[in-house]
Amino acid sequence: MGLVMADDAKHRNVLAAIVYRLRWWLVTGALLVAFTLWTGEFHQAQTTAILASTLRHSTPLVLGALCGMLGERSGVINIGIEGQMLMSAWGGFMVASATGDLLIGVLAGVAVGMLMGAVLAGISVGLRGDQIIAGTVLNIAAIGITSFFFTQGRTLPSGKLRPIRLGPLADLPVAGRVLFSNKPITYLTLLLVPVVWFGLFRTTWGLRTRAVGEHPSAAETVGISVVGMRYLNLILGGGIAGLAGAYLSLEAVGSFERGMTNGKGFVALAVMIFGRWNPIGAWGAALLFGYASAVQTQFQFRDWLTSDPQFVGMIPFVVTIVVLAGFVGRARPPASIGQPYSRE
Amino acid sequence: MSQVSEATPALEAIGIHKRFGGVVANDDVNLRVEKGRIHALLGENGAGKSTLVNILFGLYRADRGEVRVAGEVVNLGRPRDAIDRGIGMVHQHFQLVPVLTVAENVVLGDEPSRSHTMFDFGAARRAVQELGERYGLEVDPEAVVEDLPVGTQQRVEILRSLYRRADVLILDEPTAVLTPQETDQLLEVLRGLADQGVAIVFITHKLREVLAIADEVTVMRDGRVVGSTTPGETDEAGLAEMMVGRSVVLRVSKTPASPAATVLRVNDLCVDDDRGLRAVNELSLEVRAGEILGVAGVEGNGQRELVEAVTGLRSVVSGIVEMDGHNITGLSPRQISELGMAHIPENREKHGLVGAHSVADNLVLNQYYRAPFARRGFRRMDTVTEHSRSLVADYDIRTPDVFTPARALSGGNKQKTIAAREFSQGARLLVAAQPTRGIDVGSIEFVHQQLIDQRDRGLAVLLISAELDEILSLSDRIGVIYGGRLVVVADASDLDRIRIGRIMTTGSHDTPAT
Repeated sequence: MGLVMADDAKHRNVLAAIVYRLRWWLVTGALLVAFTLWTGEFHQAQTTAILASTLRHSTPLVLGALCGMLGERSGVINIGIEGQMLMSAWGGFMVASATGDLLIGVLAGVAVGMLMGAVLAGISVGLRGDQIIAGTVLNIAAIGITSFFFTQGRTLPSGKLRPIRLGPLADLPVAGRVLFSNKPITYLTLLLVPVVWFGLFRTTWGLRTRAVGEHPSAAETVGISVVGMRYLNLILGGGIAGLAGAYLSLEAVGSFERGMTNGKGFVALAVMIFGRWNPIGAWGAALLFGYASAVQTQFQFRDWLTSDPQFVGMIPFVVTIVVLAGFVGRARPPASIGQPYSRE
Repeated sequence: MSQVSEATPALEAIGIHKRFGGVVANDDVNLRVEKGRIHALLGENGAGKSTLVNILFGLYRADRGEVRVAGEVVNLGRPRDAIDRGIGMVHQHFQLVPVLTVAENVVLGDEPSRSHTMFDFGAARRAVQELGERYGLEVDPEAVVEDLPVGTQQRVEILRSLYRRADVLILDEPTAVLTPQETDQLLEVLRGLADQGVAIVFITHKLREVLAIADEVTVMRDGRVVGSTTPGETDEAGLAEMMVGRSVVLRVSKTPASPAATVLRVNDLCVDDDRGLRAVNELSLEVRAGEILGVAGVEGNGQRELVEAVTGLRSVVSGIVEMDGHNITGLSPRQISELGMAHIPENREKHGLVGAHSVADNLVLNQYYRAPFARRGFRRMDTVTEHSRSLVADYDIRTPDVFTPARALSGGNKQKTIAAREFSQGARLLVAAQPTRGIDVGSIEFVHQQLIDQRDRGLAVLLISAELDEILSLSDRIGVIYGGRLVVVADASDLDRIRIGRIMTTGSHDTPAT
């Protein structure tokens, strides 16, 4: 009995600690929701639209940030996320269009992303090349390849991925549409955030990853293969970026367009840094960016506050900047990022 | 002669050869380490000690020769192989991940886990506690490594080897970064480990430690083993001679000082450290021309902040620093340097040299911008080269040529480069912080002799050192710093080792107030 009670107390403390640590995120979240309600003037439909759009906009950013995080936590800067996403969006679309099967398309996108991750690892870890150059190579190659092999007029025979309604939960007001009737990759993203967090901070793989990213020679002297860990993480990360690409072409748009990633891979890097290389933090940061985009879209759709549209349109960005500058504080990247590793 | 043990040695290296490019680092090296014994490996920097132990730990591969663990020939291709054979190593530059906790660092690579994936932090914490109790190495398992003092970090390194059941422990210059107190504690711990049957290889170039702790001594020079002995058979002078290959003056001879006018006067100085805490507290001191004032103290008692405030690198909270009667408080480091203050900084890699730049550029780092080294904004490379060549010759700086990047030099030669630069500009005052830290005996001798010579030429020297021997052998007057205050200042002849040690550690002195 005593043991159980002690456990309970411990859990309460842990919960309190988490709430305390995330207090600024919670405050911001509350402020944003309040702002949304205000702009929607309690019109449920508008509020719901903004929140649902926030989640959609944030999905590729979170995935991109998780990809960058796996790389940087193990010591490799990945500025090629944009290219990985673009290649996967294209690859996933082409395969889905040819086979007519969306699932195979998504898997193809992930596979292309992993391949891109392997290329990045080959240049920056295997050949010990400059990591920034390696990432740039990925981005340029992706633009070239996808443009060259792009054929106008291809479509998806089965249409794009469709929402999955989670039973009665989907009928709840606001939350039902925002959280419980999304498309598969959005659900998967919501699942990946805690999974990657748990992996990084609660498993031996995560401990080794962080050790390799902070002090590779220390990891090597206790028998961890620095090269092996970096390959593994870059390929896993590539897979996640691949999912982001598949999201763009197969879930959000339903076709492929030249340069359709439109800088999302770079915004994802910013999201990762704002989130302090932590999946939960990155998720919060991505929601903030997503919210800014969503509000902007909403204002374009409806002619709200036409007297001073620029001013209102500015608010979410001001909120983003103030919030990020105000309490994200000094973020410290993993110590060894950017440096190729060699033993002797 | 030393007695030959009948038992199989715990670790044995036979005929090890290793070359890097054209340099032979190890030439037919033999080493025999017995269970439960402390084996000191002595030699100057570059003698091949580190190469040898890196081979024993599987970081380098020998070109020829074999390694035996408990009599069995082993192939050590990578550190893992050595770890699996029970060899542990405490590296000179700690191999700890600063942002992880003690427990995580200790178990890294061999983590306790649930179902092979989930890291079991509780088990790691218990393991660290148990090991700590068993070997007298208590460390808080949940502390983050970067918050710990250097001596404690070293304990974590030792714990890490013990966690892997090491029965041979190699320590690469473990005392180079420690204070005297921490060194004593470490030697005690090592003795305890040896008593429990661990074989210990202890690399150092500090003779006092060898005599204090070693059971056996192997001396290396220029990649070869030049002799083996035991502390009972030799003394400091004997070891130094084996190590350097000629007889060495361990204590510089000097004539009594003839101090003249006051050059540096510090009055009621208060300085904060990086965290905004008061590090130097109403400290006053004077240094006269032609004398050496030695400031002794355990590191972290405000020495760094004092030096940085005097040299203009750190802003002063209150108080006055005067040089030759001019108030120099708040002047820039360059202005202060041009007034005639030379500075040998504590961290030579970080603050003393620009590692990527050539030896020549480093030798004119304090005057590259002015005549004769520059004219109308253009550098005059011929003059720089000529000047640096003559300094390299005068100060016996061992470098392939003056265009070699400074970072390629050994510690001793880096320090000589800094000394050459600082002494060559005709300074009135020298502030020297830890001037011989981590450099070899030959270079220490050279730097010490230079300090005395410069003093005799009328230089005022403020010497700050954690090495009590250095303070005692060089200083004309000695001050002891404790908690940011100079607790006592007296003529060197009025203070002895024991009393200074007591004041350094307790901050109080038992002499009645005068």
